[in-house]
Amino acid sequence: MANSVSVNTTNKDLWAGGAEPYKASYGKLMMWFFLISDAFTFSAFLIAYGVIRFRHPGYEGTLSDFSFSQTYWPVPEKVFEAFPFFHGVELPLVFVGLMTFILILSSVTMVLAVEAGHRMDRQGVEKWMVWTIFGGLMFLGCQAWEWSHFIHGTDAGSKLLDGSIIYGANLQLNQYGPPDFAAFFFFITGFHGFHVFSGIALNFLIFYQATVGILEKRGHYEMVEKVGLYWHFVDLVWVFVFTFFYLV
Amino acid sequence: MIEPEVSTIKPQPADKKKIFKIWWVAGILALVTAAEFYVALQFPESWKSFKIFLFIGMTFIKAGYIVMEFMHLGHEQKSLMWTILIPTAFVVWLLGALFIQADAIYQAIYG
Repeated sequence: MANSVSVNTTNKDLWAGGAEPYKASYGKLMMWFFLISDAFTFSAFLIAYGVIRFRHPGYEGTLSDFSFSQTYWPVPEKVFEAFPFFHGVELPLVFVGLMTFILILSSVTMVLAVEAGHRMDRQGVEKWMVWTIFGGLMFLGCQAWEWSHFIHGTDAGSKLLDGSIIYGANLQLNQYGPPDFAAFFFFITGFHGFHVFSGIALNFLIFYQATVGILEKRGHYEMVEKVGLYWHFVDLVWVFVFTFFYLV
Repeated sequence: MIEPEVSTIKPQPADKKKIFKIWWVAGILALVTAAEFYVALQFPESWKSFKIFLFIGMTFIKAGYIVMEFMHLGHEQKSLMWTILIPTAFVVWLLGALFIQADAIYQAIYG
């Protein structure tokens, strides 16, 4: 049984080739390289969004006169202003702000789980992993509500160029503005949401392994650090999505 | 085989300073997010480009704290840090370049 706390004996840290590149373990380094490639994918999404956004005319008038139109790009704070149980009340960006806050908090609990892992504190790891998973699920729930609201649309709907009224958005038609706007909303937040989902799955797996004592037996909690890297990355991507999709 | 529910290993005591640092960074992130809201909703509409400048600046502050502290990159070996950051910097350059392109497309259609 692993009853030794010391992890960092020199031999153990070496890779099979007998060296330790960057003084990082194989798993952690590969997680970093994966995250770099994932960052490229998300950058591609955000760059494409920026390019399409830039080549559409923006809204020129004052915010209070704003109405949805197919001829210009919508102002995000006029699109995302709904909040559950506050139907008809204009609360610009409040809900998405709540989601941001939830994700940042779950990132904090993840750091605390990693910190507990360094101290071989099994109960601490379990506790903070549960909170992290809980935060992730809350975020996904919020996103499901937001998608549902976005798809079903507002009470008034808006006029298409041919004069017909449309409510909500799908991949062909969009009440909030040019169809591209809805397409990017679905693809960017959807791709991010899927990352959150897989992050929750990984977190749960590691939580389970910690709970049944597999990680303790292994002698270290490095797996918590690895899924932690992934989880922080998901938070990081949301920080960028929040700015470039909802604020700018 | 089922492992015992309660650990036989005695955890090392928590370093109060480390825990405080984590919550300190969390506080900064929350504060910057709150500031973003203030800028988005309270600053006049006519300051559009200044607002965008602030948003992007604050985003990079948040990204910096998440990557350097939460993801621990600032405390890894410097060579690893640059291996991660330099490719990302090129993406930022690509971003700028393509936005100039996009503006040229806009000018060709509407200008």
